[in-house]
Amino acid sequence: MIVTTLLRLVLLLAFAPLMLGVIARTKAAFAGRQGAPVLQPYWDLGRLWRKGIVVSRTTTWIFWAGPVVAVTVPVVASLLLPMGALAAPLSFEGDVILFVYLFALARFFTAAAALDTGSSFEGMGAAREVTFACLAEPTLLLGFVVLARLADGLTLNALLGAHLAAAWGSSGASLALIVVCLMVVLLVENARIPFDDPNTHLELTMIHEVMVLDHSGPLLGLIQYGAALKLMVLGAVIMRMVLPVDTGNLWLDAGIFLGGQFVLAVVIGTIESVMARLRLARVPQILVGTTLVAVFAVVLVLR
Amino acid sequence: MTMTWFLGGLGAIVLGGVGSLLSGRRAHLASAFAAVGTVLGAGAGLVAAFGVLLGGATAHLDAPWAVPGGRLTLTIDPLAAGFLIPLFVLAPLCAVYGAGYLAPAGRTRRLGAHWFFFCGLVALMALVLTAAGGLLFLAAWELMTITSFFLVAFDHQRPGVARAAWLYLAAGHLGGACLLAMFLLAGHWSGGLDFTRFSALAGLDAKPALLLFGLALAGFGAKAGLFPFHVWLPDAHPAAPSHVSALMSGIMVKTGIYGVLRVVTWLPPPPPGWGMSLALLGIVGAVYAIALAIVQDDIKRALAYSTIENVGLIFMGLGFGLWAAAIGEPAIAALGFAGALLHVWNHTLFKGLLFLAAGSLAHGAGTRELDRMGGLLRRLPFSGALLIGGSMAITALPPLNGLVGEWLLYLGLLRAGRAADGLTGLLPLLIAAALAVTGALALVAFTRLAGTALLGQPRSECAANAHEAPWLMLAPMFPLLFGCLLIGAWPQLALRALQPVIAALAPGSLPALAEAGHELGGVAGVAWLLVAVAALTGLVAVVMARRRPLTRDATWGCGYSAPTPRMSYTASGYAELAQRSLMPAWLRPEVRRSGPRGPFPHVARLWQRSLDPVLHRFFEPLAWRLGDRAVRLRWLQQGRLPIYLLYMFVACAVLIVWSLFVSGDWNPL
Repeated sequence: MIVTTLLRLVLLLAFAPLMLGVIARTKAAFAGRQGAPVLQPYWDLGRLWRKGIVVSRTTTWIFWAGPVVAVTVPVVASLLLPMGALAAPLSFEGDVILFVYLFALARFFTAAAALDTGSSFEGMGAAREVTFACLAEPTLLLGFVVLARLADGLTLNALLGAHLAAAWGSSGASLALIVVCLMVVLLVENARIPFDDPNTHLELTMIHEVMVLDHSGPLLGLIQYGAALKLMVLGAVIMRMVLPVDTGNLWLDAGIFLGGQFVLAVVIGTIESVMARLRLARVPQILVGTTLVAVFAVVLVLR
Repeated sequence: MTMTWFLGGLGAIVLGGVGSLLSGRRAHLASAFAAVGTVLGAGAGLVAAFGVLLGGATAHLDAPWAVPGGRLTLTIDPLAAGFLIPLFVLAPLCAVYGAGYLAPAGRTRRLGAHWFFFCGLVALMALVLTAAGGLLFLAAWELMTITSFFLVAFDHQRPGVARAAWLYLAAGHLGGACLLAMFLLAGHWSGGLDFTRFSALAGLDAKPALLLFGLALAGFGAKAGLFPFHVWLPDAHPAAPSHVSALMSGIMVKTGIYGVLRVVTWLPPPPPGWGMSLALLGIVGAVYAIALAIVQDDIKRALAYSTIENVGLIFMGLGFGLWAAAIGEPAIAALGFAGALLHVWNHTLFKGLLFLAAGSLAHGAGTRELDRMGGLLRRLPFSGALLIGGSMAITALPPLNGLVGEWLLYLGLLRAGRAADGLTGLLPLLIAAALAVTGALALVAFTRLAGTALLGQPRSECAANAHEAPWLMLAPMFPLLFGCLLIGAWPQLALRALQPVIAALAPGSLPALAEAGHELGGVAGVAWLLVAVAALTGLVAVVMARRRPLTRDATWGCGYSAPTPRMSYTASGYAELAQRSLMPAWLRPEVRRSGPRGPFPHVARLWQRSLDPVLHRFFEPLAWRLGDRAVRLRWLQQGRLPIYLLYMFVACAVLIVWSLFVSGDWNPL
């Protein structure tokens, strides 16, 4: 139990930035560039960690709470979630609801920290982030509802258990729809193309990056590290649905989990390379569509 | 013994009110009388209420009363105690806060009447919750409406306040009329107005029972702010002084919820359709209200809409519980009732806190408009932090208490969706999805409210010169935040305390409650862990910051060198995307804009206001139409004394004949 928990924490804390490196490398390959080394996100984090801090004169303690919560939430949320076949150490009926609301906590503080600077850009980003979440959050919940119908219990461990392999045979259509919906939620929540662009800072179509314009040095490093952790935690949900394999061997399971995460990173990199960013007005429409698809998946599984 | 404590408490509150009425021009004395009386009385009341809830014994009082057919009967049973506790927690804090809040007003005017009505309202609410006879209940209910009308109308010379107060009085009386009809019918069918007699109603047929249920829902719903009877709430709350808004929003609307629950205990077990209809009405109202909360400019109006949302969620939980009980799932019904009742307590704590903190902001900055605030966290560090705490609690964020009630509701809904097949299972799941929408919209509303009022730079002169509230106003807010943290950290305790109430509503629910309490322990455990990890990360951040060079500079304006506070995002701007892309056109605020035009442009203007669609598109046209019809009866008003005397004579004669005819003493044939 302790070994599993420690192994899960190491997997999350040590390997999450690697996913960003794999995504960047995939995009470079599509663009015909050589690209930065896969380990570049680590060097970036190290560089930010050594830098000094510039803080806006208008800010208060909220500005500091934003990065702290951005790292805290994915770490705590990961303890509720099975990572591949490595079961969650904390598990109780209904932990899935807490999982959803933990990310709301992160959003509250990220948006508040952005508003704390009094910058019009960051206010804009905060407004977009919280508005789009109104459509992404129900989709996430409906996804878990479909899983709940197929599982025996309302813990994330039960929802994402080994029974999913058999469930693909009986309710494959619902599961496939939900995987697509959760993929959209993952891209929105992690500020990925086609909904947002993690590489731009000063364009009017961006959401997440603009909220952290005024964070600098180690505070920016905390935010970027938190973003990587969040990508891995939400990615773990999708990859467990796609790859419900239990080998029984701890190290093999860990390897499968990591391999799945890197496949997911390559998929995200591919999506980012082959799609253009959507116009801002289209984003809510796509999200409403996704929510309706998720409702349809629920209806299918209730049948 | 319990009843003695309760009556002593009532006496102290009434004495406090009378004392302040007699204080004349000495406003400080008036405030002191009311605050001391309410604090002492509420303390005694809490002893009584906790005695009933934890001891399990119901307290009775039966005394003769010189009213035809009436006896003065009071009962404190678990259901009443479950609502008395939030009343007696919030009321003294509001009274102390009010003493500070009204101090500036007290220099120019008398406060005796205001405090008399305040104490009266607290005492009358306690009477409403404990009355065990229809006559006493109705009398206390109507007086409650009237005293709170005077409290709302405190600043009646300010524009809009008198109108808001009249709207409240009209809604209160229309609701009261429904209740009068309901009690008369119930008394007719059960043979007496005593609540003990009403248990005979359990044998009623479906149609009369539905009539009683509908009348109770309309009558109590008008007070509770149940959609679509909520129309008075968004106007009355900003109009009232903040401690009155907190008291009304925190507990007075809950008396309506208490009323519905009380009526449900008399009626025969409702069919599933009633419960589900109530749940759907509740959740639709919640989504509607929180969407409108996003577009309000007035901080207290936004909070008022959030109250309607939370009342909707509570009714959703109750309706869902009734539905689950009707389809034979007592374990799931227990979760619905437990979530709703826990949310009653939680909402009292955080909505009281939010209204008081918003009052501090309005008091310090001299405006209630969000667009004119900004940067207040630096100027009001305590009030600002308290407002942020309340916002987190009401948005149901861990580790605070808002989550635990909603978590129970979610758990019930998801379990119902797992257990049932087909459409029966789909409805709870869709309600759960709507609950998620409500939660996400609440996050928009409260990041907007806290963010634009407290953070960034001041957007007006008055916000720049804002000052922190006096300690008399700050002190009462800390216990409320402490309560939020306490229930967030040990939700099992609150659930354990509410157990007798839930057991009274959903028999056979105790095993399910014990299990839910155990799982709530898990939620609380994660909340503790969250705080610990956040503290650790925060410590790392602080230690690291001390070792790095820290520079303070202007906010990065993308190279623009002369930023002004006018460039920062306003509350209206923050809501704009949500109102354009998430809301249907009839919910959006009315916008007028005149852009710069021509070679010598004038000043550009943008003006918007959000009126309640139900009030302005349904109730107001209806009232006008009824008014136009009523003009035809104007010939009755002849304006001559003899005619009116004739009317009275005729009315008396008809009444005499009718009463003789009904009693059967007189038979003309």
